[in-house]
Amino acid sequence: MEVNWPIEIARAVGLAVTVFTFLAVVAAMLGVLLERKIGGWIQSRLGPKHVGRQGLLQTVADTIKLLQKEHITPQAADAVIFNSAPLIVAVAGLLDWIVIPFGVVHIGGTAIPLVVRDLNIGVLFFAAMASLTVVGILAGGFASNNKYSLLGGLRSASQMISYELPLATALIAVAMQAGTLSTVGIVKAQDGWFGSFAFSQFPAFVIFLIAATAEVNRVPFDLPEAESELVAGYFSEYTGMRFALFQLGEYAEMFAMAALATTLFLGGWKGPVLPGLVWFLIKMYAVVFFLMWTRWTFPRLRLDQLLNLSWKVLLPAGLIWILLTGFAITFLAK
Amino acid sequence: MPVGLTHYLVVSVLLFCLGLYAMLTRRNAVAILMGIELMLNAANINLVAFNKFVAPAALSGQVFALVVITLAACEAGVGLALVMAAYRNLETIHVDEINVMKW
Amino acid sequence: MGEQAAFIILSIITLASAVVVVNSNNVVRAALALVPTFLGVTGLYIMLQAEFVAGIQVLIYAGAITVLILFVIMLTEGGTGLRIRQRNEQAPLGLLTAAALAAILISVLTRTEWPKSTATLPQYTASAIGNTFLTNSVLAFEVSSLVLLISLMGAIIIARREK
Repeated sequence: MEVNWPIEIARAVGLAVTVFTFLAVVAAMLGVLLERKIGGWIQSRLGPKHVGRQGLLQTVADTIKLLQKEHITPQAADAVIFNSAPLIVAVAGLLDWIVIPFGVVHIGGTAIPLVVRDLNIGVLFFAAMASLTVVGILAGGFASNNKYSLLGGLRSASQMISYELPLATALIAVAMQAGTLSTVGIVKAQDGWFGSFAFSQFPAFVIFLIAATAEVNRVPFDLPEAESELVAGYFSEYTGMRFALFQLGEYAEMFAMAALATTLFLGGWKGPVLPGLVWFLIKMYAVVFFLMWTRWTFPRLRLDQLLNLSWKVLLPAGLIWILLTGFAITFLAK
Repeated sequence: MPVGLTHYLVVSVLLFCLGLYAMLTRRNAVAILMGIELMLNAANINLVAFNKFVAPAALSGQVFALVVITLAACEAGVGLALVMAAYRNLETIHVDEINVMKW
Repeated sequence: MGEQAAFIILSIITLASAVVVVNSNNVVRAALALVPTFLGVTGLYIMLQAEFVAGIQVLIYAGAITVLILFVIMLTEGGTGLRIRQRNEQAPLGLLTAAALAAILISVLTRTEWPKSTATLPQYTASAIGNTFLTNSVLAFEVSSLVLLISLMGAIIIARREK
């Protein structure tokens, strides 16, 4: 099959720049600001108010502060691994935006979905990129040459690999009902308000939200970066731009999980009046608001409670749900 | 000249021989297991390349490659559990120091 | 032309990282160099139109087996970075064996006339592989799931701390 290589490379670079700029504005800037504002309102206080009107430029100030900090590498740390670990986390968090469909445009009668690349194995690719983050975290925790970083890295890695399995079972159940692994195909298989998979696959939705919160190390599962226990966990020794890269990777992955939840369970870009992109953003921000709401509501789980929840509750629930979905598809769809 | 079957086979042979060299000459037990993983990957490349160029319709090359990936994961799990148990009892993971039963 | 460039880049990434895995004196660096090796092999699978196998390769090899190896390195003494001799005394003989095997295999494989076929792969390999697993290769499927279960139990029992 003949492929025009320069055009393909230009298209890939252009789309990557577009998606990452979108993420830098939407996820990093607005996300960090939303987190602090929502946290403030839930705790009956105002969030940041001074920088810009109503604190809207707070993230700009934070970024400038982080960029001009001194860049320190600990002396006995392995410099190559220390400096490349935040890159692995940031790139893995950004790469899984390739399969998220933002909407659909109708040009000349055909509907072109707004995704970077509609892969045949979209959902599997997403799970694979989410599992690459663990390597970066382990590398960062080890290379800091600091006992607390190493402990935080090991705890975080064991938490993330434990919660990959319930996440995968939720994804498999949705893919079984939609009949395809491609994200655009899954959105097209949901129609109407009550046809979306949030209703017909409600246990899978719950399992996905819990597992997604644990995958991005957010409260109530943020023991690895517990601010009151391990200083900052596996990124204690990171300063300046590298710290910003770790944070960017985590926020990008949180938004990616929210975007995947809207694609798989809430119907993606479908909605009555407004264009598809606006509905997608509304639904994604609703899920992000839900994630931030749970952050400020629940206390932190202890490590053994966390692992018990994954292996003894979520994984059997996910497997039983796959069994029930299989039965329903085989016998009820006749 | 287009990329043909022999190109993939040569890459797979080189990867296999690198894994073989690691398995034969390293002292650290985990490094030996890494060499074994490289050899399994080389075999998988071989299987998938033959599937595309010689027998595409049957898909048995890709099916076999998936079974090999599964079994490699099992073997890495059990092998690394054995390394940890050996470390706990013998205090070393260098395989040429585990010679308690040698005469 | 683009296909050859992609093949050469992916092969160089795979083989160069494999050389780092095999030769590095620092075991942690060797384990981390496994990640580009596996990602290079994933690229080769995608060039061979086996996208489901490529996805599974990233998920299992780069995402789980690398993490397992890093865990065991960090929980045993390998990660202390001391100047320990990493190669045993049969290193030259091992190098000779590996090089000889490479030479023999490459010369055999490049001289054989493989029976090429012009059929094409199915367009959506994920569902085709699923169908094959449940019709033609169902025995392989069941046996590999049994082996997974047994190795899961075995690894837990072996690695458990004796009370």
